[in-house]
Amino acid sequence: MSVDKDTVNKIARLSRIAISDAEADKMVGELNGILAWVEQLGEVDVTGVEPMTAVITNKLRLRDDAVTDGDVRDKVLANAPAKEGSFFGVPKVIE
Amino acid sequence: MTESTYRIQGNTGEWEVVIGLEVHAQITSESKLFSGASAEFGAEPNSHVSLVDAAMPGMLPVPNRECLRQAVRTGMAINAQINRWSRFDRKNYFYADLPQGYQISQLYHPIVGEGEIEVTLNEKDPDSAVKKIGIERIHVEQDAGKLMHDQHPTMSFVDLNRSGVALMEIVSRPDISSPQEAGAYLKKLRSILRYVGSCDGNMEQGSMRADVNVSVRKPGGELGTRTETKNVNSIRFMMQAIEYEAQRQVDLIESGGAVVQETRLFDADRQETRSMRSKEDAHDYRYFPDPDLLPVELDDAFLEECRASLPELPDAKRARYEAMGLTAYNAAVLTAEAETAFWFENLLAEGVDAKQGSNWLMSELFGALNKLGKTLDESPVNPQQAAELLGLVADGTISGSIAKQVFEIMLETGQGASAIVEEKGLKQTNDTGAIEAEIAKIMAANEDKVTEYRSGKDKLFGFFVGQTMKAMQGKANPQIINDLLKKALG
Repeated sequence: MSVDKDTVNKIARLSRIAISDAEADKMVGELNGILAWVEQLGEVDVTGVEPMTAVITNKLRLRDDAVTDGDVRDKVLANAPAKEGSFFGVPKVIE
Repeated sequence: MTESTYRIQGNTGEWEVVIGLEVHAQITSESKLFSGASAEFGAEPNSHVSLVDAAMPGMLPVPNRECLRQAVRTGMAINAQINRWSRFDRKNYFYADLPQGYQISQLYHPIVGEGEIEVTLNEKDPDSAVKKIGIERIHVEQDAGKLMHDQHPTMSFVDLNRSGVALMEIVSRPDISSPQEAGAYLKKLRSILRYVGSCDGNMEQGSMRADVNVSVRKPGGELGTRTETKNVNSIRFMMQAIEYEAQRQVDLIESGGAVVQETRLFDADRQETRSMRSKEDAHDYRYFPDPDLLPVELDDAFLEECRASLPELPDAKRARYEAMGLTAYNAAVLTAEAETAFWFENLLAEGVDAKQGSNWLMSELFGALNKLGKTLDESPVNPQQAAELLGLVADGTISGSIAKQVFEIMLETGQGASAIVEEKGLKQTNDTGAIEAEIAKIMAANEDKVTEYRSGKDKLFGFFVGQTMKAMQGKANPQIINDLLKKALG
């Protein structure tokens, strides 16, 4: 598996990361290097081996259904670039 | 299964409609899916938000057991496969109502697999037209925040109260073939969710909304390209959206065009669906397993508790009511909403006969509530009070017509039935002497009718019953009137 420059530009756009043409060229090389490295794992025969979901065997911890958080509006809004009253303000988006 | 006959008449012949629904149902819970912030509707903007819901760096999600439990119970209620092993995935996209930049959802391994729902297409005779609609899956995911676009000239406002609230996405098979079937399906699903208690089904507040997939094809032909109409928030709108969208697709294809697979929205004012013109790669979500969350593994004890805590469901209840002697229609109406069935069962618990109780509830009580513009929950008369009234009819203390009067007084004054009967002297009389005296008077005043009756005009019997009852001010026992009249008229 490998990526070309179009794919890199597409991923960048989907991730809202602005990259220059030169950076895109560089990324193609780096990403293909990573992909080739990961592909080496394909050489290992894992027939009949259960996929491992975590390095440490651990169970998912679940919470009881109780209100223990929230009511911290000022903290939540503290770093907002723009706010109006109790709301975050963002550039008008209508899709 | 009844074949649906819904067809669209095009210029090139008949078209069949293929519909699948993705219903988003808000899971009833105190707190959110992955945080301890309140999931309550209608709070001050951004007050029910934790740092997890606002996606502050370093915050980690911890799943709410109750939300998983409710999804599993819902799955069991539609006889679905429950997956003991499921997993959360990230659905990546950027939008201002989604602070994480991804929604935590379940694409590859949903918690609930295939199930089905039985719907009836004939409300008057529910057993006559039953159709099974397949459910493909139910998965659990986060809701997004809310955007307001009309409060400021250049900014949109964001309220994250809803961000992170737990949703179930219930995905049907494309087994639905008319707007009516889609309506029946959504009603039935809503009823089941409310019985189970996993969602309040309130479409106005957005606790339940549907994405509607529609395509058209020549009967029995290849599936056509589908469109998805998003976020339809009432059963009526959904049916209208399907009707419009199917017709639009037929017109488009017949005029030489092709349906584009796209997302649309329904404009209820204009009664049309419109393309949302989203960017071509807007749906490239790059799903991958959420590294913040281990897989969900359900053990036997958890599953047993889920099953044991399920109530009797509408289909089972309806069958039981029919076995008690109720008509199929009454049984269907009384079981459609959990509240109605609960009220009815409280009435039965007071010793009221099932048939008498169901008839009274459906004609008298529903009629009165309708007039008052109240719901059953707001009924001024409770099951105990109703049972007292019906008991007086059952033991012959008052007649059915007097019961109607007494009920009206109960609604107005809140008094008990026995007290009203006592106070107004409405007790039914079994005094045969008094009744006979009235009968004699009526026969004397209507000699012509007596002659007609005796010469074979049987229908006039009703006239004499009516006159006698009127003369007795409704208080005579109808059975005694019948007997005495038969004797007197010969």
